[in-house]
Amino acid sequence: MNEHSGTISIADKAAATPRPVAVRVRGLSDKGIAWLFVGPTIVLLLAINIFPLIWTIYLSFTNYAANRSGEVKNVGTRNYERILNDADIWAAMQATAHFVIWTIAIETVLGFALAYLIDKKFRGHGFWTTLLLLPMMLSPAVVGNFWKFLYEPQIGLFNYAISYLTGIDRTSFQMLGEVSLAPWAIVIVDVWMWTPYVMLICLAGLRSIPDYIYEAAEVDRASPWRQFVSITLPMSMPFIMLAVLFRGIENFKMFDLINLLTSGGPGSTTEVASITLKRAAFESWRTGYSSAFAIILFVAVFGLANIYVKALNKVKQR
Amino acid sequence: MKRLLAIAGAVAAAMSLTPMHEAKAEGSLTLCWAAWDPANALVELSKDFTAESGVQMKFEFVPWTSYADRFLNELNSKGKLCDLIIGDSQWIGGAAENGHYVKLNDFFEKEHISMDDFLPATVVGYSEWPKNTPNYWALPAMGDVVGWTYRKDWFSRPELQQEFKAKYGWDLDAPKTYDQLKQIGEFFQGRKIDGKTVYGASIYTERGSEGITMGVTNVLYDWGFEYQNPDKPYDMKGFVNSPDAVAGLEFYKSLYKCCTPPGASNVYMGESADAFKSGQVAMHMNFAFTWPGLYKDENVGGDKIGFFANPAEKKHFAQLGGQGISVVAYSDHKDDAFKYIKWFVKPEVQAKWWKLGGFSCAKSVLNDPGFTKSAPYAQTFLDSMSIVKDFWAEPSYAQLLQAMQKRVHDYVVADKGTAQEALDSLLKDWTEVFEDNGKI
Repeated sequence: MNEHSGTISIADKAAATPRPVAVRVRGLSDKGIAWLFVGPTIVLLLAINIFPLIWTIYLSFTNYAANRSGEVKNVGTRNYERILNDADIWAAMQATAHFVIWTIAIETVLGFALAYLIDKKFRGHGFWTTLLLLPMMLSPAVVGNFWKFLYEPQIGLFNYAISYLTGIDRTSFQMLGEVSLAPWAIVIVDVWMWTPYVMLICLAGLRSIPDYIYEAAEVDRASPWRQFVSITLPMSMPFIMLAVLFRGIENFKMFDLINLLTSGGPGSTTEVASITLKRAAFESWRTGYSSAFAIILFVAVFGLANIYVKALNKVKQR
Repeated sequence: MKRLLAIAGAVAAAMSLTPMHEAKAEGSLTLCWAAWDPANALVELSKDFTAESGVQMKFEFVPWTSYADRFLNELNSKGKLCDLIIGDSQWIGGAAENGHYVKLNDFFEKEHISMDDFLPATVVGYSEWPKNTPNYWALPAMGDVVGWTYRKDWFSRPELQQEFKAKYGWDLDAPKTYDQLKQIGEFFQGRKIDGKTVYGASIYTERGSEGITMGVTNVLYDWGFEYQNPDKPYDMKGFVNSPDAVAGLEFYKSLYKCCTPPGASNVYMGESADAFKSGQVAMHMNFAFTWPGLYKDENVGGDKIGFFANPAEKKHFAQLGGQGISVVAYSDHKDDAFKYIKWFVKPEVQAKWWKLGGFSCAKSVLNDPGFTKSAPYAQTFLDSMSIVKDFWAEPSYAQLLQAMQKRVHDYVVADKGTAQEALDSLLKDWTEVFEDNGKI
C-alpha cells in the first residue's frame, strides 16, 4: 500500500490478494480442492441414500425374500399390482389417513391456540411454556408405555377419570382394545405429545409480526377480531403451514408410538402403512413386495410434500 | 497433498483391516436364546461345562417379542455372533434349507448320540427337517407346551363348590373339556373374591408376534382343524376352513368375550402370567416354562396353584412350544459348539437341567420313576408333551404365521367378519404363500 499518496496501486492490490489455494496446494486447482471437500459428503449421500433407493427400486420388481436363499426372479410389476389391488393395503392407508388428518387438525388448532395464549405475556407464562413443552421432550418409547398404563381399563387413570366424570363403569370400555376407540386413543396420545411442537412453531410466527402493524390497526380502530383475522392469521400462516408439513410427514410414517400402544390392533384397526410395511419386510420377509410398497409410499409422500411446498411458497409471497 | 493422500490411504486401509466386531477369544462360545427364566437356568448349568472343558460361555439373550426378529436377522445375514443357537421350533425348515444350521447326523453318529433317547414328539418338533425323516438339525433342548394353571385355593372353597355344582351339575375341578373350562370361566367372571373382582381366564390374544396363533391353535386342534390333507401335502381346502375349524374359532372368540379380564386384547406370555400372579384370574393359559416361577410365587404359588393339560374336545392336542439347540453354520467355533452339545446330552446334565428349571426332553429324565413326583407340574408336563402338535415349520413359516395372526385377531378381537370368512381368507393367504414358494 502506498501510504504517502493515500491511494492503492494495482500492484499493491495484487500483492494483497490471497494466493489461490491451488497455488498453495500444489497440483490441484480450486475446483479440485472444492471437490476434495465436497467429495466425501457426496460419496456418503450416494452410499446411504441414493444407492439404497435405487436398490429398493430394483428389488421392488423381484420376488426377493431376505430370509431365503435361491434364485431371485424378475416379476415385473406384479408386486405393484398386488399392492394396489390388496384390500388390506387400502385399509392400512385408510387407517393412516384417519391418523394423519385428525392429529394434524387437532394439533394445529390446539397448538395455535396455545401459542396465541402464551404470546400474551401473563404472569408465570415462562413456567407454563416449559410445562407445555415437556411431552415433546420425552422419548416415544416412554410415552407409548406410560399411556398404555394410563389406558389400562382396571388400573389406568384415563378410564378412572372418564368414569369419575361420566359415571360409567371404568372397566366397561377399553381404549386400546376396542375397534371404535383404538384409532382415537392413538390420536389422543399423538396430540398430547406433539401439540407443543406445533405451538412452538406458531409462537415463532406470532412473535415475528411487527408491533407497528397492530399499532397502525389500532389507529384505524380495527377490532381485536379484525386484527386477528386480517393480521395475526395471515401473517402466521406460513408458520402454521410449515408445522402442518412437518407433522404431516412425521405422522405419515409414524411407527414407534402406535407399535407400542396397539401393535396395529385390535385386529388391523390401527395398522397404519408403516406397520404394514414393517410386517411385510421384517416379519413376513416379503422383501420384493415390501420394497414396492416402500416406493409407493415414498412417491406419495414426495408428491404430496412437493405440492404442499408450492402452496406454502405462494402463501409466503402474498 | 501427497502426504494428505497418503494419510487418508493409510486410514482407509486400517479401517478395512480392522474387524467390525471384537474377535472372540479362543476357547469361548456364544449361545443365543430368548431372555426368560430357563435361560437363567442354562447359565447356571453351563458353569459345569466351563469347569469341565475350560471353554468360556457367553450368552446373548433377547426378549421374546424381538427374539425372532433379532436372531433370524442374524442368521439371514450370516452373522458370526452365535456359535450355538436355541432357535424356535418353527425355524427349523428355513434354517435347514437356507444352510443356517449344521446338519448333525454325522456328529450324532460319531458321538453315539441317539434320537431314540428323546421324547419322539420333541425330536419331530425340534430336530427334524423334513418332518418325520431322520435328518437332524438340532438336539431337543427345552421341551415346552401350552397348558393351564388354576387357582386351587378358590376351586376348593366349599361355598363356591356348592354354588358351582348347583349351577352346572358337576364338581368344580380342573376342566377336562373346553366346555367345562368355559363354564368355570363364566362362573368366576366378575365374581368378588376376598373383596376383589376376579375374572374367568387369561388367554393369548397378542397381535404383534405369534401370541393369538399360539392360543387359537390349542382350541382349533381339539375341534378338528388340520393344516393340510394328511394324504396330500399343501392341499388345505376343507381342512384349514373346515366346519370343525370354524366352530373352534367361534369357541375361542366366545371364550375371549365371556371370560377374560377387561383390557385383555393384546395378551401373550408375560401379560397372561401377570394376570394370574396378580390374582385377577381363576385360570390362565401359558407355556409350561412359566410354571416353576408361578409355583414359587408367594401370592399364588404353592398350595394355591394347580396345573392341567389343555382340555379335550373332539380331539385332544396342545400347541407345542420349546426349542432345539443347533450349531450355527457361520460359527468359527464349531468344534467347541459340538463339545457343548456332547456335554449337554449326558443324562446327568439333563437331570440337573430339569432340576434347575429347564424342561429336559431326554427320556432318561422323563421316564425316570421319580419324575412325576419331582415337581407339582411334572405330571401335567408329561401329559401335555404327549399330545403336542405344532404350527407350520416351513421355510416360509413367518409369512404363514403373520397371515394367521392377522386373520384370527381381526375376527376374535376386532369383531371383523365371521369365523368362516376369517379361515377362508387364511386359506387364501396360505395358498398364495405356497404358490409363491413353488410348493403348489
